[in-house]
Amino acid sequence: MKHLLSTHDLSREDAVRILDTAEQMAAVGTREIKKLPALRGRTVVNLFYEDSTRTRISFEAAAKRLSADVINFAAKGSSVSKGESLKDTAQTLEAIGADAVVLRHWASGAPARLAATDWINAAVVNAGDGTHEHPTQALLDAFTLRRHWSRVRGIESTGADLDGMRVVIVGDVLHSRVARSNLWLLRTLGAEVTLVAPPTLLPVGADAWPCAISFDLDETLSTGPDAVMMLRVQAERMNAAFFPSVAEYSRRWGFDDVRLAALDEHGFEHTAILHPGPMNRGFEISSGAADSKRALVLEQVANGVSVRMAVLYLLLSGDN
Amino acid sequence: MSSADSNEKPSGTSVSTTSRTVLTGSDIERVLTRIAYEIIEANKGTQDLILLGIPTRGYPLARRIAQRIAATDPQLDADALVGQLDVTMYRDDLRHGTSRTPSPTRIPGASIDGKVVVLVDDVLYSGRTIRAALDALADLGRPRIVRLAVLVDRGHRELPIRADHVGKNLPTATSEKVRVHLQETDAVDGERVNEVVIEGAA
Amino acid sequence: MTSTENHPEAFLIRGASLLGGDPEDFLLADGEIAAVGPDAAAHPRAAGAREIDAAGLIALPGMVDLHTHLREPGREDAETVETGTRAAARGGFTAVHAMANSNPVADTAGVVEQVWSLGRRSGWVDVRPVGAVTVGLAGERLSELGAMAESRAGVRVFSDDGICVSDPVLMRRALEYVKAFDGVIAQHAQEPRLTEGAQMNEGEVSAVLGLPGWPAVAEESIIARDVLLAEHVGSRLHVCHVSTAGSVDIIRWAKARGIAVTAEVTPHHLLLTEEQVRTYDPVYKVNPPLRREADVLALREALADGTIDIVGTDHAPHPDEAKECEWAQAAMGMTGLETALSVVQHTMIETGMMTWADFARVTSTIPAAIGRLADQGRPLAVGEPANVVLVDPAHRWTVDPGTMATMGRNSPFAGMELPGRVEATFYRGTPTVLDAELNTPRALGEQA
Repeated sequence: MKHLLSTHDLSREDAVRILDTAEQMAAVGTREIKKLPALRGRTVVNLFYEDSTRTRISFEAAAKRLSADVINFAAKGSSVSKGESLKDTAQTLEAIGADAVVLRHWASGAPARLAATDWINAAVVNAGDGTHEHPTQALLDAFTLRRHWSRVRGIESTGADLDGMRVVIVGDVLHSRVARSNLWLLRTLGAEVTLVAPPTLLPVGADAWPCAISFDLDETLSTGPDAVMMLRVQAERMNAAFFPSVAEYSRRWGFDDVRLAALDEHGFEHTAILHPGPMNRGFEISSGAADSKRALVLEQVANGVSVRMAVLYLLLSGDN
Repeated sequence: MSSADSNEKPSGTSVSTTSRTVLTGSDIERVLTRIAYEIIEANKGTQDLILLGIPTRGYPLARRIAQRIAATDPQLDADALVGQLDVTMYRDDLRHGTSRTPSPTRIPGASIDGKVVVLVDDVLYSGRTIRAALDALADLGRPRIVRLAVLVDRGHRELPIRADHVGKNLPTATSEKVRVHLQETDAVDGERVNEVVIEGAA
Repeated sequence: MTSTENHPEAFLIRGASLLGGDPEDFLLADGEIAAVGPDAAAHPRAAGAREIDAAGLIALPGMVDLHTHLREPGREDAETVETGTRAAARGGFTAVHAMANSNPVADTAGVVEQVWSLGRRSGWVDVRPVGAVTVGLAGERLSELGAMAESRAGVRVFSDDGICVSDPVLMRRALEYVKAFDGVIAQHAQEPRLTEGAQMNEGEVSAVLGLPGWPAVAEESIIARDVLLAEHVGSRLHVCHVSTAGSVDIIRWAKARGIAVTAEVTPHHLLLTEEQVRTYDPVYKVNPPLRREADVLALREALADGTIDIVGTDHAPHPDEAKECEWAQAAMGMTGLETALSVVQHTMIETGMMTWADFARVTSTIPAAIGRLADQGRPLAVGEPANVVLVDPAHRWTVDPGTMATMGRNSPFAGMELPGRVEATFYRGTPTVLDAELNTPRALGEQA
């Protein structure tokens, strides 16, 4: 592995390897000295064209725990106000001696572009690109789900996959890089996936995806899935008439207290709730659901650092 | 993966090789028994003793030694003596070869602070694995004493490191490969085997 | 090699296959085809004529492009009339229509005359300016179409290409108005609201890549509306760069109904699919976008059966920085003048769907007829203007944008091996290309 650009082309072997490595990184996180010398003398640049404090600090903590030098580069330049070009920025980072570039970009495919061109030799990690992919989020979700699923099955999580697990992803699939990355990775790891969304928030062409599609959240929940992943819904989507109102969206596709209670009534004790954050409480997820013991939201955050350590370590070690 | 220490040359090349067995299964049993007694002797007992095997083959060797030590004292539980120390993240050659997936580190008991830690590995060669192990150990705590036990010392040290307990000193050429096969980790032609062999260019 | 404006040398072409037929000799002299057949060598002007051994070469009428972006005035960093027409000559063209989206926009007689005279001065091909349908391409009010028609540029093709004339009333008026001078509206069919922020064909690939989709219906709905408008007002309509199978169906229906519609396909839409976009390399970003394999096959079928009348290159050069960036930031467009012949040979002739005579029809005869170019797209017959191309169909080459005459390096065919090479282009009897190299232009005066 030279770059991590998507989960679409990640093999099962590599995915399990990342998750297994992340297990060892997680163990380091429980020690008094939470630092490893593996990336001493290496430079990791967090190049962010889009604000995301959560993702940046997660990558920053990961790189620092591996003893890498970290440079945070908040590049201004939206589609409206063009700043320095990606090419010029990349060449600058190359001159500085970056070994890895963690790229967050509003444009789908920007990390792929960086990896394919000769602008820079560094390893490229996609930290979320447009509405394309967010592979480290999917890996930390898979890590969290694997621990959950291993507990349910009573097996060791290291080396395991998600064979037979049933996962539901709910919300704005159309604009969600998290949904795409999760779908590919969950399938690679053997899980079954159902997408639940308003028809306007599913991309044309999704019918060819390796998953079931439903417009009815209650019906899907009544099948007792092993995990439900709620996606963040950007409020501005409402202005583009993807759905009539926030209230109607919440009623039909939000994880509210009624739906939480229904899981209990059905006796689905293993159904976990995930959310990539930041949550719109009261919109796509109720506080009752977000704070319930089914919720793995904080585990996701903690696992994020371990998974990103694993990714940086695997990309920056060995001959590439 | 301490075995990499003995196999730094890429394997699988098609040059014909000669192979000779230098330790048989029963030889291995005998030297491990001797090492177990040496450890007890050096420690004047089993007080505060911890054996940490270095993956992959150091760990089963540490278990075998721990079983022999525990056999000397009915109060002792072999499992409580032995753990595993992964050194992957402390290696000085991470940029080269294929990237390595780390193995778990498991410490028996609460901590290594104040303990007598015996590191166990299969082959002592350049000494670089042990250097990494000492750094890994320092990040876990502060042992009172650290000792080193190896099944085979093949020489060619590159660092000022020596073993306290050696199963067999084995003079080798650097072109030769020392292969350790243990029934816990290795099969040759489908057979679980215990042996140490030297392979060299014919 | 020398040639003077008033006395271009004569060329005796030996053993060329006219439109793919049996080998024949023919003589070019005084800007005309002076003789064809066994008598050519005996013609008085053959004495002292330069002989060209054309064994194995195919003679075609000079290609006519109805859809070229020459960028001048305003974007001389991307292309100039000089460089763009050099590229055209190398590609086998003897006439190009320069699209109106320059800066300033070609929406007045002044601008179209400027482009026209730049073409006359360069002298590599006929440059026929296209006039903008609406002022500033803003889609609000009609440009002075009549003034452009009456200017020395003699504009007959009007287009807001790059932007759709989406207002149905404005489109109706434009279709009606140009009847006064036998003009034609060349529509860029793209419903703007359905394509806001669109980046690639909408479908399975865009769903995976997370790029905002550009639905086929955005093109097809405009074409459906326009053919009905053209029928209603009895005007002729030209549809630029048709890219979907659905559009083909609508045009086929309209033609069967007797509507005066003509349609064009680009070489890149005959060869490339949206699969290329998976690389996120903006060299594949183009408007309309690359579509599905099924669309490509439908377009080839339609070109072969005449539903689509012509090939237009939509040659759209861009400076490197417009493509060396993120997909969403990149400019849309591809170069095409120097690869058109090869791509059409590869997709249409080598597949057995068309003959070289068909090739001449779709790249020369009909484009010239649509643009009302009297002395282009003519038969290879005695007395006709000497606009002739000699092609080596057996030659194979690997596309290298660095060696092209166009300033644009944005060829989506870079690295591909394609058949066919233009060995010579004769423009009004002057060899603009000889031995597959640019030779000499034929500068014309400022008089029409």
